[in-house]
Amino acid sequence: MAGDATSSMAKADGAEQSARDSAPLIQTIGLTKRFGDLVACDAISFDIGAGEIHALLGENGAGKSTLVKMLYGALEPDDGTILWRGEPVRHGNPAEARSHGIGMVFQHFSLFEALSVAENILLGLPPDEGRRGLADKIRKISREYGLPLDPGASVHDLSVGERQRVEIVRCLLQEPQLIIMDEPTSVLTPQEADLLFVTLRRLAAEGRAILYITHRLSEVLELAGRATILRRGKVVASADPKAESAASLAKMMVGADVAGVERPAAIIDGATPRLQAKNLSVPADGPFGIALTNINLDVAAGQVVGIAGVAGNGQSELFDAVSGERLASSAEAIVIDGQPVGVKGINARRQMGAAFVPEERIGHGAVAGFRLSENVVLTHHGAGETVAPSGRINRRAARDVETRVGERFDVRRSTEDPRASALSGGNLQKFVVGREIDRDPAILVVNQPTWGVDAGAAQTIREELVSLARKGAAVLVISQDLDELFEISDLIAVISDGKLSPAYPAETLTAEQIGLMMGGVHHSHDGLQGADGGEGSHAD
Amino acid sequence: MRIELVPRAERSTAMALVSPVIAIGLTLVFGVILFASLGVDPAKALYVYFVEPLTKAWSLEELIVKASPLVLIAVGLAICFRANAWNIGAEGQFTAGAIAGSVLPIYFPDFQSPVLLPAMLVMAVAGGALYGAIPAILKNRFSANEILTSLMLSYVALLILDWLVRGPWRDPGSFNFPESRLFSASATLPLLAEGGRMHIGVLFGLIVAALAAWRLGVSVHGFAIKVTGEAPRAARFAGFDQKRITLAVFVIAGALAGLAGIAEVSGTIGQLRPEISPGYGFTAIIVAFLGRLNPLGIVIAGLLLALTFLGGEAAQVTLGLSDKVTRLFQGFLLFMVLACDTLIAYRVSVKFVRPAGAMPDAADQEIVADG
Repeated sequence: MAGDATSSMAKADGAEQSARDSAPLIQTIGLTKRFGDLVACDAISFDIGAGEIHALLGENGAGKSTLVKMLYGALEPDDGTILWRGEPVRHGNPAEARSHGIGMVFQHFSLFEALSVAENILLGLPPDEGRRGLADKIRKISREYGLPLDPGASVHDLSVGERQRVEIVRCLLQEPQLIIMDEPTSVLTPQEADLLFVTLRRLAAEGRAILYITHRLSEVLELAGRATILRRGKVVASADPKAESAASLAKMMVGADVAGVERPAAIIDGATPRLQAKNLSVPADGPFGIALTNINLDVAAGQVVGIAGVAGNGQSELFDAVSGERLASSAEAIVIDGQPVGVKGINARRQMGAAFVPEERIGHGAVAGFRLSENVVLTHHGAGETVAPSGRINRRAARDVETRVGERFDVRRSTEDPRASALSGGNLQKFVVGREIDRDPAILVVNQPTWGVDAGAAQTIREELVSLARKGAAVLVISQDLDELFEISDLIAVISDGKLSPAYPAETLTAEQIGLMMGGVHHSHDGLQGADGGEGSHAD
Repeated sequence: MRIELVPRAERSTAMALVSPVIAIGLTLVFGVILFASLGVDPAKALYVYFVEPLTKAWSLEELIVKASPLVLIAVGLAICFRANAWNIGAEGQFTAGAIAGSVLPIYFPDFQSPVLLPAMLVMAVAGGALYGAIPAILKNRFSANEILTSLMLSYVALLILDWLVRGPWRDPGSFNFPESRLFSASATLPLLAEGGRMHIGVLFGLIVAALAAWRLGVSVHGFAIKVTGEAPRAARFAGFDQKRITLAVFVIAGALAGLAGIAEVSGTIGQLRPEISPGYGFTAIIVAFLGRLNPLGIVIAGLLLALTFLGGEAAQVTLGLSDKVTRLFQGFLLFMVLACDTLIAYRVSVKFVRPAGAMPDAADQEIVADG
């Protein structure tokens, strides 16, 4: 079997080996996967050589995940062939793929918080791998690849970047020749992402191949030796990133030119704040939650205020407190249009013109098993929309909203009024954001507005957010995507460990400064203040 | 050969209707095997069980009398289950309603007035509702598992009833039989037709089912219950209070079970006894699921499960089969209903594949059983 020879061959291949000269490590020929009428992957042929960092680019629903799942054995192709070192293989399940030397690091970690690093890694290994010597192996690998990890540490004490290292080390322990990474930087600070790139380059230099899925074009330019671009299930281009620009890659991905968001100047001077948090403190919800400490924040009419931060630093807690899903201890902690609402529920705040879009689409922002029109009722009933005074649901009104949002935000639906579960993640995101913008809210609070959304749709959403603000609404955007925040925000604050920095005008900040503040050093940013001439904080 | 469950892109609405039918079919197959192994002619046994009760006017009436408490209780349970509140204690709520509703006719046998029956019904509804509220409060306050508390409270209620009819509530003229005094005429639910067994209580089930079908479908309350059951986090986002909904569905289910309890005691039996239910509260769980948690489906499912009670009695008399066979049938039916529900979200695909490593070619066959 090919798997037996893998490790020795890879060592023989050596670091200098150029990927393009040898036979490809893995190759697909006409790989096809259908789900009902939808052809998720349509005769995909591409290859990855040993030692190559290969980017897989595509809009949401372009077929990236389906393709990767077939390579990793999580899905069975309907048609086509996978060649591994020139030999046809068939992976019935991920374990078979791993035995061939294919490893995968998922976007969403599958770690047990209460267990240690070593215990988590042990759980992911084949049953015959012993516990003995594991800690040493982990230390050795983490040292060799610049992934510092303490095998005895509890996972719940680790940062998101460290958790990712656990996943990568777990993957490396099985000596993979092809490592598939699904949007690995989406949860990292810029500094952490840079460290990851160093590791990835080192792995590639050893002759391992890396298939890198991302929607961040700048990373493709920086990292990848080759890029395969998918659109609607087909390979539309195989590009050399060195010869491309972010704009040209985006164009290939979307099939049309993508312009930047036009951001007219904000009208902030003298404007009264519409949404305020005043000394907002909320205790941690459970042992793994984050407590919010003394948060002060003003969002004025006409403004987009962005909140940057690494995942898990209190963003969802802040969202819950602002939306009213968790009530504050005092009414004054949250103020909407001058009225204290800290102890009023989410629907009372909706009645005052506020609208909210949470981070999790499925199970929080929308119910998977419900039709889109029913999901309209979910957030509209509280403000008396789509519901008659008698308490009877007005299905026609809900359908009207569904149709209108669908058209305005190009939500692609296979049938009329489908269930939310039938939509791809990006399409559902367009729907849950559009559902709130359609209400023409006075205040919009949105957590991760373009998470998992393709470039074209992200563009639409960002433009709508800015234009909503310029019409006089106060817009609060919580996002881990710095490029996005710089594109649409007038002011940016950083959340770290449940504490919020003052908000600074976006144009006075750099990604590096924000990266430092994400690391929790925002109590000593004298340099920032200096650069800004003292007019830094609009939040006080 | 390999059998796989492949997730469907969209839940199959056809399968949602067909899967209970498949479940009933499989239960009948199970019945054939069961009867054959008991040494009874399966054809005859199935006839006695499922056909004979439908051939006589009196047993059709009896069928409706038995279906009515099942429907009443199951509608309440369906509301609970939709909200993801696992009320297994309807038997206890039924009993609590029967006890509370019997207070007046037992303590004041001479009180005869047109307001007596309505008062009994109100007290029964209140008794069932309060008893149903206990597991909800324990769940909301202490996160106690409602499956355990509601089930255990059932036995508490049954034992209280047992104590009452053997002790303080025993009819002095009963020659030491454990039963209460007989209810007077004005404490008895009137018959629908003279000389029959059907009392007006059988209408309660139909009215409640119709009301529930209407309200659950169109109202914000029905919507709130559904959201709470499917996605609690989304329910919070929609501004629905999960604790209030948990309490409300338990109270509603308890009230309906209590109503069924007094209807059974006052309409069908005419007095309190240690055993006032052949297990309606537990069988109603099967009725709720077989009826797809849909009030109208529950009416049909209630008739079917009532048939198993009748058939069981007939089989006991005619074939000498133990009445445990009925419970076995019901249990197997529930098992099959839940198992067949898998077909709504998944389709079964049978693949004939060569050993791993072989190339895919035209010889590969795939047979897909689809709804």
